[in-house]
Amino acid sequence: MEGNLNLTLKIWRQKNASVAGKFETYQVSGISTDMSFLEMIDVLNNRLIEEGDDPVAFDHDCREGICGMCSMYINGRPHGPNRGVTTCQLHMRSFQDGETITVEPWRASAFPVIKDLVVNRSAFDRIIAAGGFVSINTGNAQDANSLPIPKEDADDAFAAAACIGCGACVAACKNASAMLFTSAKISQLALLPQGKVEAAKRAEAMVAQMDEEGFGACSNTGACEAECPKGISLENIARMNREYFSATFSSK
Amino acid sequence: MTKLDAKIPEGALADKWTKYRSSVSLVNPANKRSLEIIVVGSGLAGASAAASLAELGYKVKVFCFQDSPRRAHSIAAQGGINAAKNYQNDGDSVFRLFYDTIKGGDYRAREANVHRLAEVSGSIIDQCVAQGVPFAREYGGLLSNRSFGGTQVQRTFYAAGQTGQQLLLGAYSSLQRQVGMGNVKMYTRHEMLDVVTIDGKARGIIARDSVTGALERHFGHAVLLCTGGYGNVFYLSTNAMGSNVTAAWKAHKKGAFFANPCYTQIHPTCIPVSGDHQSKLTLMSESLRNDGRIWVPKKENDTRKANEIPEDERDYYLERRYPAFGNLVPRDIASRAAKERCDAGFGVGSSKMAVYLDYAAAIIRYGKGEANKNNMHNPSDEEIQAMGKAVVKEKYGNLFDMYKQITGEDPYEVPMRIYPAVHYTMGGLWVDYNLMTTVPGLYALGEANFSDHGANRLGASALMQGLADGYFVIPYTIGAYLAAEIRTPSMSTDSEDFVAAEKAVRDRLETLMNIKGNKPVDYFHKRLGKIMWDECGMARSAEGLKASIKEIQALQKEFWSDVKIPGEIDNLNPELEKAGRVADFLELGELMCIDALDRDESCGGHFRTEFQTEDGEALRDDEKYAYVAAWEYEKQSSFKLHKEELKYENIKIAQRSYK
Repeated sequence: MEGNLNLTLKIWRQKNASVAGKFETYQVSGISTDMSFLEMIDVLNNRLIEEGDDPVAFDHDCREGICGMCSMYINGRPHGPNRGVTTCQLHMRSFQDGETITVEPWRASAFPVIKDLVVNRSAFDRIIAAGGFVSINTGNAQDANSLPIPKEDADDAFAAAACIGCGACVAACKNASAMLFTSAKISQLALLPQGKVEAAKRAEAMVAQMDEEGFGACSNTGACEAECPKGISLENIARMNREYFSATFSSK
Repeated sequence: MTKLDAKIPEGALADKWTKYRSSVSLVNPANKRSLEIIVVGSGLAGASAAASLAELGYKVKVFCFQDSPRRAHSIAAQGGINAAKNYQNDGDSVFRLFYDTIKGGDYRAREANVHRLAEVSGSIIDQCVAQGVPFAREYGGLLSNRSFGGTQVQRTFYAAGQTGQQLLLGAYSSLQRQVGMGNVKMYTRHEMLDVVTIDGKARGIIARDSVTGALERHFGHAVLLCTGGYGNVFYLSTNAMGSNVTAAWKAHKKGAFFANPCYTQIHPTCIPVSGDHQSKLTLMSESLRNDGRIWVPKKENDTRKANEIPEDERDYYLERRYPAFGNLVPRDIASRAAKERCDAGFGVGSSKMAVYLDYAAAIIRYGKGEANKNNMHNPSDEEIQAMGKAVVKEKYGNLFDMYKQITGEDPYEVPMRIYPAVHYTMGGLWVDYNLMTTVPGLYALGEANFSDHGANRLGASALMQGLADGYFVIPYTIGAYLAAEIRTPSMSTDSEDFVAAEKAVRDRLETLMNIKGNKPVDYFHKRLGKIMWDECGMARSAEGLKASIKEIQALQKEFWSDVKIPGEIDNLNPELEKAGRVADFLELGELMCIDALDRDESCGGHFRTEFQTEDGEALRDDEKYAYVAAWEYEKQSSFKLHKEELKYENIKIAQRSYK
């Protein structure tokens, strides 16, 4: 017993993609406020193992908010109640003793459940493969300082590039749209001279792939921006739309 | 006995790589199309190698255990990447980067490899910028640099505190481009569980699909292990939860020598442990030592709050002991100095196992600078504070936020508490100049190999090495091997060797599942971690190491008789994955202690308490230990030592001084 939080957890359990899932209720006690949310799940899992039950499967890796692997829809919000925080950086001091916490996987048809809280986000990789790059082979580059880039442009590109590809934007969106994710990459590269050469082609290809994966449309609600752990701005969607429409108007 | 041949090219140090590149065997484009390469791991080394090799025309398969190649732990690197560009006009050069790296490594790295690393460092920055990596820039539009430990020039390129993320996403974008073009086949949620060797050459791997549990056989003319380091042997480290030694360890058991396993890097600035629940530790980037000042109270057991301790009662011990480098001494030295103060009773925080990293002075300095820039002649203290905090936020904002989320304290208002933690492993698979292990056709790149950092890695050099190996070294050096393989057709994976390798993997998984003991995997991992941290961490002794070896052997036995793995073998089963990794860590931990015991000297991150100078610095023994310890696996708990002598022809070997 390290702490004094006693909690009720309602967690989505689903054996695999082809069977139906349901909520199971668990009690945990003695949770320290210094624990991260995932460490609290670790405590639950080690108990389940000792009791001979199957532990809760969830994605996680770096546990420092940067790899984008952790997900979890906590009390109706991706990555839980705090703004600008991934689940792994959410700490138990954000919860009250006696609270009931509901934990679900990301829900989107383009992110099918693999097991429990683990979903398949490979659609994001395919969107990047469709055009989220500068077509330059290793060895072709000129000197890095031969092309000055205004600091503001570099800073804006960096802000867009901070996306960790976790999928919270999709999970937060009532349409399960991937516009924030896709627009962040399109914006980053459209803002930099290196990316301008292929900007039109990139916008068309990435949007086409996004649609093909089954993500929904954008209805400008802004839940994605509000729930993004890295503060990716809605401006990126506006920029993507500009890039996309100018590309389609001029496409041959 | 195998004689270690590092295959270092003849000629003067500065000409070796140029001459080598012009004379190494080539594979013509038509032949490349029929040569298959397996890349395990998708971090900086793996992604950059896979993309570059696919661009050349090779057929590439990439494997990663995460759900996407973009998750590899390189993503978490914070501070920056070194390159000898000399953009700051402060006297940098290829030779100086080479020299700093050799010296920083406490004269235990191979000269030729390190010089090559320094030579290609500039091209890495060029390549990344061309990919659209948004490095920090100055108002004039050119790239910005900052300082890192162990150097006196500014050669570190960065993107806020997320340099690794931006570099990895750059490499990942190049990789995904090749995936989209059909030149790379990507296998996510796949874990390599063995190397397949045929007639002594690496010819493929056995991988497990984590989702279905199915075992798969994959053929390759060459296999590249880009699987990172083994810091998680300590249980608590700054590594990702999934980071593991399994791929490298399987290779080791198939004949690849493991070099310098005891060289581990304990990073001085991490957030201290808060309790037994802790699953991992979080780094606070070395770049924070650019501006932050490290101190403890001058009074023993001082219980006052940090802000209540007046300036003249603070001991800025790094500035006191090492005036030339101050807070920017290399990591091993900064870590030991923190441990020394805490052990002597001057530590801070509730555990007393922490020191302060203080930004108060930097905030005022930056605030005053901003006031000057903005032509404010009599700024108030509040204005200075606000402007200073804004500058600090731009440089280190994400790190400060992370500190606040983890500790619940605001580092803009109170000094951060930090303590050393396991961060990086300099040791790894032994490789020659071509990055090939002692198994022909099997390569190791990035942190998975041992070659460039000696006994201590300098900050911002891991990203440099990972990308150097992947973008600019392996595309050339692999030709030396594959040029002779153009007549080898793709092999069927139904051959005896593949079938036998798969069976061995299956048997081991079934054995693990059938133990049905009483304790979860984490129980064993934590116990191993504690042994390693106490006896093979920041300070080691012959006595402690000998006892640890026995303890680890006992723990191995206990693990194989009492571990409890729930779930099924043919379904997503994270506990089964963890069990396999911990089983390998248990064997590696033993070898690390054996290696540390063999090395009767202190060097870099390896500090034997019996071998220190009067003022507590590492005492090397160059007469006896100027060699790479390359261990050959013989059988369980039995390893044979091979030595690669290190020759310093271009640097005068000396005691490291940062005073």
